[in-house]
Amino acid sequence: MSENREIEIMESVYDKNDEVASKINAELTGKNIYAINVMGAPGVGKTTSLIQIIKRLDGITPYVIEGDIEADFDTKTLQSLGVKTVQINTGGACHLDSPLIGKAVEELKVDNGVLFIENIGNLVCPAEFMIGEHAKMLISTVTEGSDKPYKYPLAFEKANIIILNKCDLLPYVDFDEEFFMKGVRALNKTAPVIKVSGKTEEGYDEVVAWIKERVK
Amino acid sequence: MHEYPITQRIIEVADSYARENNADEVKIINLVVGDYSGYVASSIELYFDIIAESSRCAKAKLHIERVTPKLKCNKCGEYFERKPFSFECPTCQGEGSPTEIGQEFYIRSIEV
Repeated sequence: MSENREIEIMESVYDKNDEVASKINAELTGKNIYAINVMGAPGVGKTTSLIQIIKRLDGITPYVIEGDIEADFDTKTLQSLGVKTVQINTGGACHLDSPLIGKAVEELKVDNGVLFIENIGNLVCPAEFMIGEHAKMLISTVTEGSDKPYKYPLAFEKANIIILNKCDLLPYVDFDEEFFMKGVRALNKTAPVIKVSGKTEEGYDEVVAWIKERVK
Repeated sequence: MHEYPITQRIIEVADSYARENNADEVKIINLVVGDYSGYVASSIELYFDIIAESSRCAKAKLHIERVTPKLKCNKCGEYFERKPFSFECPTCQGEGSPTEIGQEFYIRSIEV
């Protein structure tokens, strides 16, 4: 039997996805769209937070791509509020990838504004794939517990802005804010961490100020 | 879950390199997978045999080199493995920051 011949490849398995993501990013930038990849576990209030943010955008056009495994509840809610929204159902896949976003962007006919891409409710895979975004927004909550940065480090590391939701429940839950912040800062020195409540609407003005600084 | 399309991609890349190098058969695929890449090596292996069936990789063995994530100490510069619920450097008790070590996911080479 002949000896094996080794052929060097050194190719990232993500290359194809990243190539498409770069094209989408350039296209969005050309259309004056700032795209935000919204990540977080199921039930952290991603859609509720988007509604609070969109309400405060004053004149900046919002667009939303809703990613869910199944169903279109959030898309219907946003559309009923007049927000241009398209639904992506992955039928089982745990994250959105760039080819899926490419099609949705085309369908939305985006132009001049901010595009929120609500990723599948999952604290793991959405952080691994670039989808053409300009920034990643991570939503965490006081009800999930303060150990999340230690257990799901990549999502906290990659975030450009972190929203800590459900802060109205702080008196009722065991959330160690100091431990949470210690973990966040070990992974990410620069992302602002903004305390909000989807229920009382506190904190969202600060989130919107951060977005407005980036949307020209 | 996403190991299935990713395994398809690995086979696609290995198959095309084998074709370009006039090899009918891929014997080994050397893959580097960091533990923070989010991929489960055993799931890739599970899908591999099914997807590779009609390709040049049908009889290929998958060699997966796993990489343990490491932090870099902000104080002494040492690279170290993180203990649960801590980012503390075992050498100087400084705080560590994330590095790219452990996030790798690439095909190093194929053997034909």
